[in-house]
Amino acid sequence: MNAISIIARLTFREAIRRRILLAGLVLGIAFVIIYSVGIHFIFGQITASSAENMPSQMAANIMNAEATNGFLMMGLYAATFLSVAMAALLGADTLAGEINSGTIQTIATKPIRRADVVLGKWLGFAELLGLYVLLMCGGIVLSVFIQTGHTPQNMLVGLALIYAESILIMTITLMFSSAFPALATGGIVFGLYGLAFIGGWIEEFGAALQNDTAIRVGIVTSLINPSEALWKRAVFEMQSPIMNMFWGSPFGSSSVPSPLMIVYALMYLLVVLFITVRIFQSRDL
Amino acid sequence: MVDAIETHLLRKVFGDYAAVKGLTLQVMQGEVFGFLGPNGAGKTTSMKMLLGLIAPTSGKASLLGKPIGDREAMRHIGFLPEHFRFQEWLTADEFLLLHGQLLGMKKDDLQQRRNELLERVGLTPFRNKHLRTFSKGMLQRVGLAQALLNRPALVFLDEPTSGLDPVGRRLVRDVIREVRAEGTSVFLNSHLLSEIEVTCDRVAFIQHGEVVRVLELASLSNDQTHVTIRVANLAAESVHGLSQWGREIQTDGEFVHMIIASDTVLPEVTRYLVSQNAEVYSITPNRMSLEDIFIETVGKDGGL
Repeated sequence: MNAISIIARLTFREAIRRRILLAGLVLGIAFVIIYSVGIHFIFGQITASSAENMPSQMAANIMNAEATNGFLMMGLYAATFLSVAMAALLGADTLAGEINSGTIQTIATKPIRRADVVLGKWLGFAELLGLYVLLMCGGIVLSVFIQTGHTPQNMLVGLALIYAESILIMTITLMFSSAFPALATGGIVFGLYGLAFIGGWIEEFGAALQNDTAIRVGIVTSLINPSEALWKRAVFEMQSPIMNMFWGSPFGSSSVPSPLMIVYALMYLLVVLFITVRIFQSRDL
Repeated sequence: MVDAIETHLLRKVFGDYAAVKGLTLQVMQGEVFGFLGPNGAGKTTSMKMLLGLIAPTSGKASLLGKPIGDREAMRHIGFLPEHFRFQEWLTADEFLLLHGQLLGMKKDDLQQRRNELLERVGLTPFRNKHLRTFSKGMLQRVGLAQALLNRPALVFLDEPTSGLDPVGRRLVRDVIREVRAEGTSVFLNSHLLSEIEVTCDRVAFIQHGEVVRVLELASLSNDQTHVTIRVANLAAESVHGLSQWGREIQTDGEFVHMIIASDTVLPEVTRYLVSQNAEVYSITPNRMSLEDIFIETVGKDGGL
C-alpha cells in the first residue's frame, strides 16, 4: 500500500472516529427528510391550484413541471451551500492543527514524501465529500423523482459540477491550512466564498441590465475564486429554460459561465493543489 | 564504517535570531550520544534539522551516510519527539500499525514487531484501548515503541523520560541499553543529567547553538575523581608532598581537597599520610558528576 492511500484511509477513518461523518450523515438525512415532507405538501397545493387556474391541462402540466424544477433547484442550492461549508470545516484544521500539535512530526519523518501527506489528505476528504454530496443532492433528486417523476436535465453533469465546487473549496482550504492557523484559514475561505458569491450576483444583474462593467467585475471575481461559476453552470445545466430567465436570483443565469470558465476552474483546482504541496514541502514543521 | 550522524556547521536562523549557530559533530555507529545544553540552546531545533523537519539555513549534515531528508535513510531511523502528540482516536495497536505501514514494513514482520514492542513497554493489556484514554506515561511508552518499530540503525529520542515515573524511566534506560546492544545508535536529548550519565557513551554540550565540549563519559570515573580527606596534624610540606598523586590541592581547616587521576592511588595516599604522622579520619572520593561538568561548561546562569 502506498503512502498516499495510507494517509487517505487515515483521514477517512479520522472522520469516522471523531463522529464527523456520523454528524454529517444524520443531519444530512434529516435535511432530506424535511425537504421531502415540505415539497410533498407544496406540490399538492400547486397541482390543485394550477388545475383550477390554468386555462388548459397542457398549461397546468407546464406550470407544475416548472414549479417542481424550481423547488428542486432550491433544495440543491441549500445542499451545495452545506457541502461547501462541510468542505471548509473538514480542511481548515487538518494541516494547521497537526503542525500546531506536532502530530505531523512522527508522520513527516517516515520514509514518505511530504507531497504524499497532502495528496493523501486531499483524497480522503474528496471521498468524504463525495459521500456527502451524493447523500444530500442524490437524496433531493431522488425525493423529487419519487414524488413527481421529474428528473432534471443533464443531471450527472450538474451534480458533478456541484461536487467539483465542494472539492475546489476543500482544496483552497487545504492550501491556507498549510500556511495559516485553522481559524484564520476558515475566515479566509469563507471570505473568498462570499467574494465569489457577491461577484456572481453582480455579474447576473450586469448581464440582465447589459452593464459591461458589472459583468467584468463578476468575471474577475470568478477568476479569483471560480467556485460560484461552477454552481451557476450546474444551475444552467439542470434548470428548465424558462426558470433560467428569472435573473437576479441564485438561480438566474443571464450570464452563464462558459465551458472555458469550467476548464479554468478545474485548472485552478490543480494549481491550488500544487501550491499546497509546495508550501507544505518548504515549510518548517 | 560511516558515522551515524555527521554535521558540519549546521545553522538555522529564524528572522534575525540564530537558533543554531554552527553545529559540528559526529556520532559513531552503535554509540549512545547525549545532547546536553541549557534551555534554548538549540537542541530541539538541531534535532529537527537532522530529521528533515526544519530546513537548515546553511551547513551540511548526513545520517547513516546519506544527506538529510533522504527517504532511504529514513527507512532506518526512529524518532520520538518531545511532547509527543498522536492520533488520539486510534488504539495503541492501530497507531503502531499506521506507523509501521508508513515505514513500508511487511505485514507479518509488522504484526510480530507490534506484539514484541507492546509487550516490551508493558502495554499489551491496553493494545485495543484508544490513545485518548492513555496517561502521559503510557503515551510516552507507545511513542517509544513507535520509534523502534523498524529496528532502527539510528534512533532520536527527544526528552524520552519527561513525564515518566521512576519505573517508566528505568524502562526507557533499559530499552536504550538493549537497542544499543543490538547495534543501534541512539541520539538522546535529555535534561536529566543523571539519566545521561548512566546511559551515554559520549555527550556533547551545546550552548547558543554550538558544540562547546564533547566528553567521553567512561573517562569521568577515571580521571575526574575529587577526593576530600579529613586529616589532623598534617604539616605544610606533607600537604605539598600529596602533589605526586593529585592536582588542585586545597586545604580548608582539617579538610584537604584534591583531584586524583584514579582512585587506585588512594591506598598509597593513605600510607603516605600515615607515614607523615598525620591523623587520618576519612578519605572520601567524590566522582565529579556530570552536573558539575555541566555547570562548569555552560556557567551557572545557563548561558543566558
